[in-house]
Amino acid sequence: MKLDDVFGIHEEALRLRARRSEVLAANMANADTPGYQARDFDFQAMLRKEVQQPVRLAATHSGHIRPDHGIVAGTQMGYRIPQQPSLDGNTVEVEREQTEFSANALRYQASLRFIDGRLRGLKMAIKGQG
Amino acid sequence: MSSFKIFDIAGSGMNAQNLRMNVVSSNLANVDAVSSSIEETYRARQPVFKALLDQANRRSPAVGVQMTGVVESQAPLVREYAPQHALADEDGYIYRPNVSVVEEMANMISASRAYQNNVEVVNATRQMLTATINLGR
Repeated sequence: MKLDDVFGIHEEALRLRARRSEVLAANMANADTPGYQARDFDFQAMLRKEVQQPVRLAATHSGHIRPDHGIVAGTQMGYRIPQQPSLDGNTVEVEREQTEFSANALRYQASLRFIDGRLRGLKMAIKGQG
Repeated sequence: MSSFKIFDIAGSGMNAQNLRMNVVSSNLANVDAVSSSIEETYRARQPVFKALLDQANRRSPAVGVQMTGVVESQAPLVREYAPQHALADEDGYIYRPNVSVVEEMANMISASRAYQNNVEVVNATRQMLTATINLGR
């Protein structure tokens, strides 16, 4: 078992969840901005892409720092389709953003719990006691 | 760490809603500020919000909000015939501000709800970060 792979998918998931909560927070901050269009990204598709074919910068030298992957580029962001468009062109629906945000935060905590469990397991294995 | 950006974003939202609340209270406070000429009369003010573009990272999808200015309502003032009034002009008219109390009250509720939303975002993010900091304890 490589120590890098201990956390499995949850490392990427955590990073994407943090990124998504940023986007949703921006939507809520701009809930009253005329012409602002709510944005979001498809978490599952991004995670799948990140796990299957992660985009990495080539490291041609041992001193190269591994870049921060899990960055969602602007092209992968979508615009939310409002159910009740408003006259000023704003497409933020606060109730929806709120529920998405709290669900996202909960899933972030779930991923944290998994990582925490792994850490506890490792600790137990190292110490040889519970 | 990028999660701290949420505090900036939600903070900008709280700041903008706070300014909007100030404008609303100014409108409500001046609702009965009558005067004797059209020019001197208070006009209802409204803040203008704009998404705050991240100068360092223009393609960043997560942006805060800023208040770019305050516009005065162009709705007609209320002209009232009151020759007994101390501020009446030579024709006996006074001018009342074009503040709509009902509109301002609705505006106030909307601002306070939006403010609370941003506070909730900050609280939830703080919990997330606290849990992350305590990882593996």
